Amino acid sequence: MSRTLLRIAPQAITLVVLVALISVVFPGFLDISISDGRLVGPAIDILKRGASVALLAVGMTLVIATRGIDLSVGAIIAICGAIAAWGITNDYSLGTTLMMAVAAGLLAGLWNGTLVAVIGIQPIVATLILMTAGRGVAQLITEGRILTFSNDQFAYLGSGDLFGIPVPALLWPVTGVLFAIAMRRTALGLLIEAVGINRRASALAGINATLLLIAVYMASGFCAALAGIITTADIRGADANNAGLWLELDAILAVVIGGNSLMGGRFSIAASLLGAMIIQTIDTGILLAGFPSEYNLVIKAGLVIAILILQSPRLGATWTYWRYALFSRQRGGATQAVREGQE
Amino acid sequence: MNARTYPLLATIAIFLIAYAVCYTQYPTMLSTRVIGNLLTDNAYLGIVAVGMTVVILSGGIDLSVGSVIAFSGVFIAVILRDTGLHPLIVFAALLFISTAFGAAMGGLIHSLAMPAFIVTLAGMFLARGAGYMLTIDSVPIDHPFYEAIDDAYWLMPGRGRFTLIGGIMLLSVLVGMIVAHRTRFGASVFALGGGEQTARLMGVKTGRTTVLIYAFSGFMAGLSGIVFSIYTGSGYPLATVGTELTAIAAVVIGGTLLTGGAGYVFGTLVGVMTMGLIQTYIVFDGSLSSWWTKIVIGALLLFFIVLQKGILHISQTGGARPAESR
Repeated sequence: MSRTLLRIAPQAITLVVLVALISVVFPGFLDISISDGRLVGPAIDILKRGASVALLAVGMTLVIATRGIDLSVGAIIAICGAIAAWGITNDYSLGTTLMMAVAAGLLAGLWNGTLVAVIGIQPIVATLILMTAGRGVAQLITEGRILTFSNDQFAYLGSGDLFGIPVPALLWPVTGVLFAIAMRRTALGLLIEAVGINRRASALAGINATLLLIAVYMASGFCAALAGIITTADIRGADANNAGLWLELDAILAVVIGGNSLMGGRFSIAASLLGAMIIQTIDTGILLAGFPSEYNLVIKAGLVIAILILQSPRLGATWTYWRYALFSRQRGGATQAVREGQE
Repeated sequence: MNARTYPLLATIAIFLIAYAVCYTQYPTMLSTRVIGNLLTDNAYLGIVAVGMTVVILSGGIDLSVGSVIAFSGVFIAVILRDTGLHPLIVFAALLFISTAFGAAMGGLIHSLAMPAFIVTLAGMFLARGAGYMLTIDSVPIDHPFYEAIDDAYWLMPGRGRFTLIGGIMLLSVLVGMIVAHRTRFGASVFALGGGEQTARLMGVKTGRTTVLIYAFSGFMAGLSGIVFSIYTGSGYPLATVGTELTAIAAVVIGGTLLTGGAGYVFGTLVGVMTMGLIQTYIVFDGSLSSWWTKIVIGALLLFFIVLQKGILHISQTGGARPAESR
């Protein structure tokens, strides 16, 4: 437990500092009041609006842990949203509609996973195909229109609330916790990390890497389907052109902010979720603090570069070298440090 | 015959077959008007795809180009609106900025040893954000120089217009072909695409080459931005969202291996033209919806990637050369 806390400490501190900074400029930032039996306030708003990216980040964390990347999640959101809206307008029951949307997400993940694991295409290219074609497929389903519906039960998933908390704000923590339990209470997380560090070695060690890779992309598709469902339910319509547009980049950013290496290996779902919340806090905070939203992207870029510098393997090696050199100077072992630094 | 030319030949064959199919349905497709428009409409994409080809040949990727094009348009429009500078001076300043921007990204990629994907993603945010900070509106450009460029075209037989920006695109492809296939820098790019470790052992200056590659891509993105501003006559920070992915798709359809190390700049031109042809066909047809473009391009992408995979497999197992350890 303490190791988990230590792992997510940088992200948690960043989030706290961000919240403190915004609170200075916008004093009412953390205020939460109750209106009509539901909680209202900027913090609740962030939890709700960040739901899509947070859900995507869960699946993306697993994909990136296998040294892959999934560019198609935005398009999967559009496809699943379109299917959900199509189902509900064609008088299927809510259960059937949701099943169809989730099945479409899993199918999309199966497609990506097969291309990556069986045919052996690089993940970035394999998922680029669905990213390009996926929106076309979604438009095929909606026939190029924005499908709207007026089913209150379905809309509840996007804009309703449970115990005063918006449903999307509950959905992503639950999904995150379920995935984290599945990863950490079984060997699954360890196996995924093994495949990410060295696929061939893990396969030789008896791990069914092919199956695991497909499963990981299907998990990503599943998370994207959930995000598609809440997006569609929230606006009571499916917009094949704009639903989930560029969310894949935000999701990747969330995972990277979460300190997960793009080179695969060790991963932390909790840190990725914090990363998603950091992104949403910046988005909302910039608006609340009265900055023009034009600054949003530049600040994001600055953040990415800062994290890259912190994560960089080359700078890390240099830093280790200097630390050795400084420490061992007291003992007069500078030459030994040089030797260790070169190794 | 070298197996590595198969994707290029396949690209050319598909383009010719597709054009023939279009011609049998709509004979006017072969008119110089259509060909002229095909060149003009895809000029900005062709230019940026040349830069992308060189980046992909080196095994990298540049996600920032779409944002750089948008930034270029906004930069030109705002400077022309607020100052009395001549457009040519503004162009020179812009090309300097975009080249320096690319070089900075290349420098970061090399010095941080981080994937190009994430560094250029930051560049994508930065360039688009810089565009937003200049203006969030669409700024029209009404300068006499722009009107003069608009009128600069050669009337081909058959009343087709061979415009200046179409010419710039063809010229960029030519320059790209020379740079990639006929210079020492080009050889370094291919070596880098074959593997960074081997390239370094062969004596390629990997740091310098990486910086130059992304600087070249930045220059091409800036040039593409200039052409795009001429094409649309305005600057808008929300323009050309996603162009980087269209450019990557064009490069792959053009037969360049996305893992780097093999491909032809000329193929990219054919790839751009193939994508333009699909769009033209859909416009001619009238009843097909534009989303078919996306699906067909996705299918083409899949076809070429699987084709390359197959060729790589044959060349590995066929004993033509020692198997790669991929």
